[in-house]
Amino acid sequence: MPLDARLDAQDRSFKVVGTRPSRPDGIDKVTGRARFGADMSAPGMLVGKVLRSPHPHARIRSIDASAAEALPGVKAVVTQADFATQDGDLHDTLINVMAGDKALYEGHAVAAVAATTTAIAQKALKLIEVDYEVLPHVTDVDAAMAPDAPLLHDDMVTQGVEPAPSKPSNVAQRHEFGHGDVEAGFAQAEVIVERAFKTEAAHQGYIEPHACLASVGPDGQGELWCCTQGHYMVRNTCAELLGMDISKLRVTASEIGGGFGGKTTVFVEPVALALSRKAGHPVKIVMTRSEVFRATGPTSSSSIWVKVGATKDGRITAGQAELRYQGGAFAGSPVEFGAMSAFACYDLEHINVVGYDVVANRPKQAAYRAPGAPMSAFAIESVISEVADKIGMDPVDFRLKNAAKEGTESAYGPTYGRIGLIETLEAAKAHPNYQAPLGPNQGRGVACGFWFNFGGQTCVNLNINVDGTVALALGTPDIGGSRASMCQMAAEELGIAYDNVRAIVADTSSLGYNDITEGSRTTFSSGLATIEAARDAITRLCERAAIMWGIPADAVVWENGHAKPAGPNAGDFEPLSLAEIAKVSGSTGGPIAGHCEVNAEGAGVSFATHLVDVEVDPETGATEVLRYLVVQDAGKAIHPSYVEGQYQGGAVQGIGWALNEEYIYGEDGRLQNPGFLDYRIPVASDVPMIDTVIVEIPNPGHPYGVRGVGETSIVPPLAAIANAVSHAAGVRMTQVPMSPPRILKAIDEAKANGGPGA
Amino acid sequence: MTTIKVSTTINGDPVDYLCEPQETLLDALRDRLGLTGAKEGCGTGDCGACSVILDGRLVCACLVMGAEAEGRAVETIEGLADGEELHPLQQKFIDHAALQCGVCTPGFLVAAKSLLDRNPDPTETEVRYWLAGNLCRCTGYDKIVRAVMDTAADMREAR
Repeated sequence: MPLDARLDAQDRSFKVVGTRPSRPDGIDKVTGRARFGADMSAPGMLVGKVLRSPHPHARIRSIDASAAEALPGVKAVVTQADFATQDGDLHDTLINVMAGDKALYEGHAVAAVAATTTAIAQKALKLIEVDYEVLPHVTDVDAAMAPDAPLLHDDMVTQGVEPAPSKPSNVAQRHEFGHGDVEAGFAQAEVIVERAFKTEAAHQGYIEPHACLASVGPDGQGELWCCTQGHYMVRNTCAELLGMDISKLRVTASEIGGGFGGKTTVFVEPVALALSRKAGHPVKIVMTRSEVFRATGPTSSSSIWVKVGATKDGRITAGQAELRYQGGAFAGSPVEFGAMSAFACYDLEHINVVGYDVVANRPKQAAYRAPGAPMSAFAIESVISEVADKIGMDPVDFRLKNAAKEGTESAYGPTYGRIGLIETLEAAKAHPNYQAPLGPNQGRGVACGFWFNFGGQTCVNLNINVDGTVALALGTPDIGGSRASMCQMAAEELGIAYDNVRAIVADTSSLGYNDITEGSRTTFSSGLATIEAARDAITRLCERAAIMWGIPADAVVWENGHAKPAGPNAGDFEPLSLAEIAKVSGSTGGPIAGHCEVNAEGAGVSFATHLVDVEVDPETGATEVLRYLVVQDAGKAIHPSYVEGQYQGGAVQGIGWALNEEYIYGEDGRLQNPGFLDYRIPVASDVPMIDTVIVEIPNPGHPYGVRGVGETSIVPPLAAIANAVSHAAGVRMTQVPMSPPRILKAIDEAKANGGPGA
Repeated sequence: MTTIKVSTTINGDPVDYLCEPQETLLDALRDRLGLTGAKEGCGTGDCGACSVILDGRLVCACLVMGAEAEGRAVETIEGLADGEELHPLQQKFIDHAALQCGVCTPGFLVAAKSLLDRNPDPTETEVRYWLAGNLCRCTGYDKIVRAVMDTAADMREAR
């Protein structure tokens, strides 16, 4: 679509967009009718279970499944040999789905069975004999980078280094971003703060474990029902792993019980398909919570060094950072995003960021809401606040003085267009929370955050029904209310009532390819495509009205849900409503539909400012969040309630990561807390109401100005809370989670060094 | 394996089912009776997604054996609405956008009903502590707590 048409739309007033209608799937979800991954069954269905490595690192000498296969009720056993060999992009995916010659982390799948009951499947797992040669392991990122660390992959030679290293290591790749000359910048500084930080791995913690129901018939055609953020990705990946034609696999996305990035890849789906193909029955696999923790994709743990210099009047002269992220057993940690976003909030002349993508004996990381950004923001925003404290400047004013704005050359390259960081800082400063009085042991923290947002491949069909209602087929799974937003945009564009549009997430055989629901892209991309599909349908509706009136099609315009004669015919005919045109469509040319296929570009970047007050109990080290404010630029909030929901949900996930959540590994390389009792995510009594302010600086790349909102909200919390805790406890915290023992230790160490007051 | 015959009452209806000794009430509801509204988020009583009311008491169905339902009364999310008429909590959850993905929602609704049955005028703190056994990863709890408080206020007014 031409850019000017998009810009035109941004000054318009809206009738449906910006209101808060009930979501179309609301009643199903409050009555228990909505069907999630584990809620589907099929006649003759078997239960699939996965055998997992008890060792963090071991050579698999042999697997003997004969006893399991002989157990009555067992219908199939699969190992990696039952999948198609992969030499290309899916090489690591296959090995992660089912181990080959090595188990690379505790919980790594090594075989799977399908049996008539859960009890028989579990018994069969115990009968599979795996001959392991246990190898030395490493789980910590700094230890994995040490010269004598156990190697996960003998052929891993660090990329991005000139000349190429002569020996393999656990460092998959080195990334570098920035501009200017940081040494010159630091030479201009009057104050320099330099610190090292660590963040522990967190899990997305979606409440619904991965689940799927697979059925492959004797003709080689397959059906798969699963909870995923991207069923087209599941289809393409599974087809390749199983050596099937893409057309022979139809994937239907169930309702999805949370994802946050964790359901953007495959785990049990190809296994269920392989079992079904071998057994000749449908196979259902539902992960246990322990499996979810041990064998899906938590985020990276990290080790970060930051140096920031500034003049005493508050101008940052240089920023530098080194980021080390371990992403589990395979290359691909989000360190590149961490490095790119590190100083993205600031307008700096001299920046240098180096990132290392490191492998370790942990499950392969998957995306987690703004993957890579919360960790680097934790380190950098902590140092930014410390510099502000050192020069005696208000932390919001210090950020305002250095904030990125339109025209700023970002640290990762592009020059920003219209962005809303300054507006979020000003709104935070003006909010009553910024003036709330603080008591003893209480502290305030502020931090900013950035996320890129993505567009991507999108396909939408919009069908006009003969009764004047509209069926909207989308290909991006709805993980937080997006069907409501799409119905709003379709209704807005067509000029009809919200309730007259019904949105569904179509299966992979019914609609063209769509990228995954990720990168905060759905309301932007599927929204843009919905609007385009509606405009396409309007063109058809106008053509039909022209036929009905016997006038040229270009003499018809669409206004307020009606076709009207224009030009020389203006006023000659009564306007025709969408319903009136639809009713007779069978006699004016057949069905009416609008379509859009697009690789959406122009997703506007997003910024947020978070403000938090905490109280730290100096005796226990426990932190209570007293008040929390999220201010974020949404571009245009289509359904403000669900925008607020994204802000609040991201903030509370950040609170959990900042204060409590972490993957704890023993010396044996095994995860010690694979359950919600010991990996404790925030509960209702842990948090206060989460205040929100929606800033709307329209994104020129979307017809209504939408920017993605899903991810930015988890970027600032680690740092905002660290800044608040540091002020409350009187000591700078450099590791998350800031669990009570870590805070107590920091207080004790500060006392030993002459008393808190850092 | 020996199966056990269980005669119970579910959402007011007499129900018989067979289950194995190791099966939980949640397994029986979901896999034997097709009542999939209660979800298994953890299987260890930590997440509350399988909350049901057993003889008037809020329990995690994953921590109750299927055989234990013999002669007792079970209330599940499927019985919360009165036919087409939503329970006020259900309507308020929709009105307040108190759900995003919705997988924890049945558990929250059953738990919240159990709270309001006991305490028609809970404080925000009481709501937060009563619902502390139910995990939600999407909403940050803000809109859930508001929906429950608002329901309680409306129901008091209606009395």
